[in-house]
Parts: sequence; C-alpha cells; structure tokens
Amino acid sequence: MAILLIAEHDNAHLKDGTAKVLTAAKAIGGDIDILVAGEGVAAVAEAASKLGGVRKVLVADGAGLKNHIAEALEALIVPLAASYDTIIFAADTTGKNAAPRIAAKLDVMQISEIVSVEAPDTFTRPIYAGNALMTVKSTDAKRVVTVRLASFQASLEGGSAPVEVVDGSAAAPKTTFVGQELSKSDRPELVGAKRIVSGGRAMGSSENFVIIEKLADRIGAAVGASRAAVDAGYAPNDYQVGQTGKIVAPELYVAIGISGAIQHLAGMKDSKVIVAINKDEEAPIFQVADYGLVGDLFKVVPELIGALDAAGV
Amino acid sequence: MKVLVPVKRVVDYNVKVRVKADQTGVDLANVKMAMNPFCEIAVEEAVRMKEKGGATEIVAVSIGPDKAQETLRSALAMGADRAILIQTDENVEPLAVAKLLAKVVEAEQPGLVILGKQAIDDDSNQTGQMLAALLGWPQATFASKVEGSEGKFSVTREVDGGLQTLALDGPAVVTTDLRLNEPRYASLPNIMKAKKKPLDVKKPDELGVDVSPRLQVLKVTEPPKRQAGVKVADVTELVSKLKNESGVL
Repeated sequence: MAILLIAEHDNAHLKDGTAKVLTAAKAIGGDIDILVAGEGVAAVAEAASKLGGVRKVLVADGAGLKNHIAEALEALIVPLAASYDTIIFAADTTGKNAAPRIAAKLDVMQISEIVSVEAPDTFTRPIYAGNALMTVKSTDAKRVVTVRLASFQASLEGGSAPVEVVDGSAAAPKTTFVGQELSKSDRPELVGAKRIVSGGRAMGSSENFVIIEKLADRIGAAVGASRAAVDAGYAPNDYQVGQTGKIVAPELYVAIGISGAIQHLAGMKDSKVIVAINKDEEAPIFQVADYGLVGDLFKVVPELIGALDAAGV
Repeated sequence: MKVLVPVKRVVDYNVKVRVKADQTGVDLANVKMAMNPFCEIAVEEAVRMKEKGGATEIVAVSIGPDKAQETLRSALAMGADRAILIQTDENVEPLAVAKLLAKVVEAEQPGLVILGKQAIDDDSNQTGQMLAALLGWPQATFASKVEGSEGKFSVTREVDGGLQTLALDGPAVVTTDLRLNEPRYASLPNIMKAKKKPLDVKKPDELGVDVSPRLQVLKVTEPPKRQAGVKVADVTELVSKLKNESGVL
C-alpha cells in the first residue's frame, strides 16, 4: 500500500492544508509520499520533508508547473500513479480542478471531499449540501480522493523525509496562464482560520462591510460572507462561505446579518462555537447558533467591539 | 461554433432532503425537481454566446430517466436549439457521465462544452474535468467570465484567494460558477416553441459505454444535528459567555 499526497502550496510556502490531508492519508494507512509540483519549490519541499510519518518527498520543479494548471498536473501525476494505490488531494481549488482529470485518465471514479476514512477503500462524504452523509466503498483498482480540510486536524511536524527529484518538464500546451488577481490581506486565510466573522445581505452595502472587517481585525479573525452578500456585491467572491464556496470549521464563527440558508449552513455548521447576530428573531441561523443576539447589527457590532475592550479581551 | 451544454435534473435547491430510515439514500418521492442551478447558468451563457454571434447552434444533453426530458425542454425554452437524452434509470456516476458525453462530443464535434461546476445533489464537482481529460482538451473550471469563440477562449476563474485568467486553445471544456450570469426565465411563447424542438433519445448501450457504478453505497445517514443554543440579552453577556463558558475568546 502506498499513497501519493499532492502538496498544497504557492511555490514559496507549504500551506497548512497539506498537514491535514496527511492526517487523512495516515488514516488510510501505508507508505506516504508527498509530491511538491511547482516552480522554485525548494523551500516547500523542505517544509514537507519535516512533516512526521512521510516516506519521501518527490519534487517536480519546472516552469510548466508554476501555476498548477490541471492539464500539466495530469501529465505529471498520471505516470507517477503506477506506483501508488491512492492519490490524495486537498479539496481546494487546485485539487478540485486537477484530481478528476487524473481519476478519469486512470479510469477511477473519484471520491470527492471526504470527511472521514472508514477503511482504506471506504470513505464518508457529504451530499445534498451536507444534509446527508454517504459512505462509499470503492471497487476500483486505485483510489483518487479529495479531502475536506475542515474535517481533519493537522499532522504534527517531526520528520526528516528524504527529498527526491522527479521530472518537472510537464506542461499544458493548450492552456496559457494570463494572470491572477488575488485579494491582498493581512488577515488569516478563510479556510483554516481559528476565528471567522461573516456578513450577510443585511449589511446593505460594501461600505457597511467595513463593520465586519473592524470586528474581525479586533479579534484576529478572517472575514467571510454569505452568498447573498457576495451576489449583491458587498464582498468579493472568495469570501463566500457555503455549499459552493468555502467550507470552514473555525473555533468561533460569528454570523452577522446572515439569515442561515441551508447552502450557507453547509459551509459553517461544523464550527465549534457559532454566534449569530440578526434583527429577525425567527432567522434559521439561530437554530444552529450557540449564542444568539437579536438586534440591529449596526448598533450591536460597534457595541460588541466596545464590550471586548471593556472585558480586556 | 457549435456549443454542447450538458444539464442534470436534480432536487430543487429549496428542498431540504430527508434521509430514508433504512439508510439506502434520500427520499425523492414527490419531491420537486428542477434543472441544477449551475447547469442553468451554463445554458444561459451558451444562449448569450449565440445572441452575440459567437455560437451558431446549442445542443443540450442530459443523462437520466425519461423525466429528464422536462429538464431538456427547459433548456430548449431558454434558447437551446435541440436536445439529446441518454435515457437510463441507473444512478450514473460522474466518470460514466463523462464517458457518455465524450461519445456525444465525438458525434457532434462542438467547439465548446460548457456545463455546471457541480450538481447540487451529489456535490461531486468532477464531470467537466473528467470529460476534458478523456477528450484531451484544455479546461477552465469555476468560470466567472467567458470570452472568445472558435478555438480561442479567455476564461476568468474563481480560485481560493481571488480570480485567475486562462487562455485556452479550443475546443475546450468550461465549467460555470455562480456569478457567471443570471439565468433568464423562459417566456411562455418560448416554452411553447420548445415543445416542437427536436429531442433525440438514446441508450447508454448504443454509445457502447458501461455505466455500472464503481462506488458501492454502504449507507446514507443523517449528519449529527446541531442543537440551538441560548439567546443572550446584550453584548456584555455575549462576551462573558464567549470568554468564560466556551473559552473561545
């Protein structure tokens, strides 16, 4: 039994998600190799080699791999897959984009967004926006799996796996990377954040969204939004928490002016503590909130910042 | 340029499904069904391409039971020109769907396949990528903007952290994200016209594709329910609870 784990990184830093996928891989069991594919990724490979319980780190370094284009990852990973029973990815944009290509080439039915490992070939995953959990057993010769990061704890460091160079010449001849606009922020990343403050449609405007950001900055939280707030243009796309946005499970999730549509709950209901602030006391969000406060958010949120100061938090 | 738009019939997104007591699946008896929302966005995008002159013909295709004809008629009413149903009562997994679609692509030779990024029933998010791989075509998933036609496409994608733009040498596969467009409602005259548009029915066997499932469903269960907590009177009580009771501050 051997597992190939595809590392999540931005060519400079290994992302936290990799250590969570490693936990899922350990639950499957067997020798685990981590593949770092990108350009100029020596530091990423070194960080990956320090994770505990890894047999070796494979490094594919090349210009064609820099932007993690799915076609290039397919060209790299499909030949490598011959030596492995399981290919495992984080269910982030790179994994969601590339994993099914590799599965199709291997003639394997992928298992998406697993939340638990029942046996090496048996996994549980949410369906219908998390309103049901399905346990499936794969009958394929190999498994291709993506992992919901919010459902696994990070594995600890403590290893010193050898690093082995593999061919990094894979490319995507029909696809050209034109550019990207990434939100720049000093706040924590939404997926993996310990605290999140999210705003909904009741924010009313993008200017008002500053209230959410102020509270988030006060408690060192990431900022999220409901689909309604994103659709209305109050917050950027990548803030969206929900079935088709980001799935999060922070220690503290503060939902402000969010009614609680099932699609939103699907993205945050595994949070440890949920706080809801809404002026509608019948809002469905209160049915999942540990602490609910009925009131006008424009009054309550500034008061809350004041109360944090007063309590010396 | 011909555009192929695969669409799926799913439970309406407003329905909260119930898990069957015997844990074999979710109860779909007498539940409202509709076109998957991401598929509607794909149909809308194809229709806009045709309105702008970039597309010449739109072919909608669905894989599913006889009832999926209704979903195809909805696509025709929105502006697709003709439809193909690959009729089966089996539960067809994304890999088999991609194989069936690859056969349809072989026969139809479209310049673009545009489809939803995921279906809101099984939430797999696989079919478009698998189809692109089987065809050896480039892909742009999670699209929020699609430009170009006939062999050259520029697609803006929603990625973790922001937006990414790719240029693709077509033919290509594009999967739609939520903010690509707002689908139109079909007008009554267009609904009437759609009834007369051609709809072919085929079987998976005719296409030579084995659709037997690869994943064995052992059980479907209800997720643990979250209990509603307490209402607090004011922010002071809230801060005190967060600090002293739950210890998250």
